[in-house]
Amino acid sequence: MRHAVGALLRKDLRAELRTLESIPAMTLFAVTTFVLFHFGLDRNSLDGDLAGGVLWVTLLFAAVLGQNRLFVAEQEQGGFDGFLLAPVDRTALFVAKAIALFAFLVVVEVVAIPAFAILLLGPDLLDPLPGLIAVLLLADAGIAIVGTLVAGIAIRTRARDLIGPLLTLPLLVPVVLAASEATAPLLAEAGASGPPGRWLAILAIYDLTIGLVAYGVFDFLLED
Amino acid sequence: MSSRPSRATAVIELRGVTRSYGERVALDQVDLDVGAAETLVVFGPNGAGKSTLLRILATLLRPHAGTVRVLGRELPRDGYAVRGQVGFLGHEPLLYRELTGRENLRFHARLHGVPNGRIAELLERTGLTHRADEPVHALSRGLVQRFAVCRAVLHDPALLLLDEPRANLDPGSIDLVEPLIGRASGRTRVVTSHDPVGGLEEADQVLGLRAGRAEITGTATADELGALYR
Repeated sequence: MRHAVGALLRKDLRAELRTLESIPAMTLFAVTTFVLFHFGLDRNSLDGDLAGGVLWVTLLFAAVLGQNRLFVAEQEQGGFDGFLLAPVDRTALFVAKAIALFAFLVVVEVVAIPAFAILLLGPDLLDPLPGLIAVLLLADAGIAIVGTLVAGIAIRTRARDLIGPLLTLPLLVPVVLAASEATAPLLAEAGASGPPGRWLAILAIYDLTIGLVAYGVFDFLLED
Repeated sequence: MSSRPSRATAVIELRGVTRSYGERVALDQVDLDVGAAETLVVFGPNGAGKSTLLRILATLLRPHAGTVRVLGRELPRDGYAVRGQVGFLGHEPLLYRELTGRENLRFHARLHGVPNGRIAELLERTGLTHRADEPVHALSRGLVQRFAVCRAVLHDPALLLLDEPRANLDPGSIDLVEPLIGRASGRTRVVTSHDPVGGLEEADQVLGLRAGRAEITGTATADELGALYR
């Protein structure tokens, strides 16, 4: 399976580098949303719960943009058939796509987090950055797993652009909740040195659970 | 045309295979035997069930009734074991438009565990070496079809499933790909065609489909095949 995941991942990253279809759109969306919040909330700076909420809701919607494009080449250019004709574990497609979406999110955040700090965040970001990175990585994993699973379901439907977000957002409520709770103390005026372990554990458990469910059912999604 | 192969040597065995799309029956109770190194040419008007038949044999579709055995394995149960031995050339080239021809072939080679040397060999044989580093979206349909032929035979499959394989190919290109997908390849082949005369030339046996039903099996004349379209 390792070879198949590697081949799929290399293909997806190469295609994204060439077309720039997903990452720029996701990044632009995130930054634009921060600008809108900046003016919409009519506040020069946010901290604590509000900062955490704004950050995660924005990143979540940016992820949905990328998720919708995840299987488009497979559906429109025969990629599903090409993959299904190969003697490889079908779950390799799920693993590769989830890693690709995770990578897209990390790249988006490299731009979006500094933009968030400049446009909206009151407290300094440097001290809580290691803790924030831990939260980001755990939440990104959950978003990537759910996003890939839902994108695999939605791409086979006629209303895929609607079905994707409609299924994704409820499934990611636990991720947004846990990530916001874990982020809020980091972004408070008297910032904590690290995120609350309880919420990190909840994120990790959710990632593991939804990851096992997705791993178990994805094979069936590829059946005709 | 030769006589039908015995079941003992059959590479493909279909018994009562039925497949529907919603209410529409695409294949209806089709029986079939194809022996090793034989060529079955499938005729029939658009929507007759030719592509559905190929997709069932390629493990891409499940039959809704009947039994399918390919290369001694029962489908869809043993699909995993069959996939690596089947070369499928359908209406779509199954190539990513943003990648180059060579990148596409490398991608499929990795999925099939094929060494990169095979890619260079196929590019050379199909006259594509000098166009291999251009993105697929920049190539003509004929060139894309030649890359698709390379993809279909990359893993040296025992069984070829070819849906109008010469579509978009000029005579020179047909000559280039013929050793790979033609009778000279020595592989068992199922080929769809709308050309009764040309199809009969390469057929060991024929299957004439109309509205999913096998109206002609075994042997036929060009006139009988032509009647399928009227």
